[in-house]
Amino acid sequence: MRTVTITDVTLRDGNHAAAHQLGVKEVELYCTALDAAEVPIVEVGHGNGLGASSLQLGESKDSDEKVLKAARACLKKSKLGIHVIPGFATIEKDLRRALDIGVDVVRVASHCTEADITERHIRFVREAGKTAFGVLMMSHMISPEELLEQSRKMENYGAEAVIFMDSSGNFLPDAVADRVKILVNSLNIPVGFHAHNNLGMGIANSVAALSAGASYLDGSARGYGAGAGNAQIEVLLAVLQRMGHPISIDLLKLLDAVDAAEKAFIPQTPVISSASLVSGLAGVFSGFALPVKRIATQFNVDARQIFFELGRRKVVGGQEDLILEVASELAQQQKQQQSQNQLQQQTQQQNQENNYVTRK
Amino acid sequence: MNPPQKKLRVAILGSGNIGTDLLIKSMRSNYLECTAFIGRNLVSQGMQMAQKLGVPISSNSISHIEENPDCCDLVFDATTAKDHFIHAAVLKKLGKIAIDLTPAKVGGMCVPAVNMEECLKQNNVNMVTCGGQASIPIAHVIGKTQKDVEYIEVVSSIASRSAGPGTRVNLDEYIHTTEAGLKLFSGAQRTKAILNLNPAHPCINMQTTVFAKVDNPNIDALKPELERMVKTIQAYVPGYNVILGPIVENGRIAVIVRVLGLGDYLPPYAGNLDIINCAALSMAENFAIERLEYK
Repeated sequence: MRTVTITDVTLRDGNHAAAHQLGVKEVELYCTALDAAEVPIVEVGHGNGLGASSLQLGESKDSDEKVLKAARACLKKSKLGIHVIPGFATIEKDLRRALDIGVDVVRVASHCTEADITERHIRFVREAGKTAFGVLMMSHMISPEELLEQSRKMENYGAEAVIFMDSSGNFLPDAVADRVKILVNSLNIPVGFHAHNNLGMGIANSVAALSAGASYLDGSARGYGAGAGNAQIEVLLAVLQRMGHPISIDLLKLLDAVDAAEKAFIPQTPVISSASLVSGLAGVFSGFALPVKRIATQFNVDARQIFFELGRRKVVGGQEDLILEVASELAQQQKQQQSQNQLQQQTQQQNQENNYVTRK
Repeated sequence: MNPPQKKLRVAILGSGNIGTDLLIKSMRSNYLECTAFIGRNLVSQGMQMAQKLGVPISSNSISHIEENPDCCDLVFDATTAKDHFIHAAVLKKLGKIAIDLTPAKVGGMCVPAVNMEECLKQNNVNMVTCGGQASIPIAHVIGKTQKDVEYIEVVSSIASRSAGPGTRVNLDEYIHTTEAGLKLFSGAQRTKAILNLNPAHPCINMQTTVFAKVDNPNIDALKPELERMVKTIQAYVPGYNVILGPIVENGRIAVIVRVLGLGDYLPPYAGNLDIINCAALSMAENFAIERLEYK
């Protein structure tokens, strides 16, 4: 049976849920435990990856450099991975330094239709002798054929695997399997899948990906990740064991790691909140969950309406500034509606009074 | 001001989206005459359009200007940063004014609404980036009206279809150049630029958000300066508008602008192309007025 490589993304995707406050302390604790469990790849950093600490997306508690150095010191057997989106991180400002610190695996990501912006970063990583994977985010927005076309580009740039992400938690298992099949049949590099759980499909979609031929799967402790969270790594591992897949990870030690993480830095395990469910249906990037919640409260509008409007506008990850615009528009509409209602009420009242007077 | 009898002769290097849009814009100008449209590929869409418009074309790249030094007085360089390093030296030797639309930063950074007069004294000016042209004027008025600007961040979202191969390969340079421009014109201690490409159909309009971290946000001081600045920009970029702000949200100042293009070569959503080209054209016209002494 084909071996599957698991990447733990808690310290990266979980940063969306933690408003990017997972820093050196959390990295040291969890990386040490994951290394003991021999998890193959451990991804750390800001939710949107290297160089993404910003007002737009939220500022990291600790700098990329500090976090990477801490992780590097703790990971002996596990490989150290990072997520890199061109447009946020540049080679000169961010990537070169990260490789110097000792990152092993660089997952260069773009929105699913924009693979060509990853060329320089992928080539740079390969030329430096490190492992480069291509990542296509928000992959529910395009057809399997288009996904293949974009994956081929990444393969040509030198990516050693292509991972497609269900960033909105919008896929159902058949859709995942269709995509994995077409990629596996047409590419010469392995294929991976990254789940979000907005429709409760995190594990089911990961299993579908695996059965269709995927070689890389992502998971996080208790599912701690953006929005409704990811595939829960410990559950994923148990399910793979039940399916009879050869796994190199020590399940009990992984459970120790996850329990320690929960105690130390997961104040609330992910649930499929009403807002996250709507977000998944609307196909909005899961990382929007916290900023939408904050801004909805500030503008006194319904978070669900914000998600629907963002979905209608087909926003992509990184366009968090649009939440402000949408919320402010909804608030204005609400105000107009209220004043119209008031006017109507006043008119009705007036009419009633007039009637009364006439009758009298 | 009467249109001049004599026009400044301009050449356009680069026949991609930016170059072709510049061609259309310069054909409308009372101060400029496009005397060479230069690329590397005669069958490209831009070349064919230039030919139809009766503009002399060449596929010899910078060699065309070296071999015909009298063909122009000013050169718009719409190639790539890497190419401009080579072109700049040639143009300097030939005594041509260079308006550089790549993020090469050979010449001084130029944002007409902020430092036009100063730039007219130079022979190579750099138009920063599209996001820079949209955001630097705002960063400048924030720097002018706020005390202790600790940090300025600019996020631009553009339609995928408006980002050609040159733009995509230059993403890193785009970020570095925009950040340097923001710092220079705002005096902020730290700056950050982010670029998003959005593939949605119908295409999204170019939009830029400026965030600023300052000690005590003073919106009352910012508002009138911002309004004045927007009017100055609208004189050369009619589709430039503030759609939100200035507001204070989560302790930071936020202003969102949208740029609708004139719809010359690409549709109006490509405000990113339009704003950098309108700025470059405005510079060229002012060079014409200055150098040809039609004041």
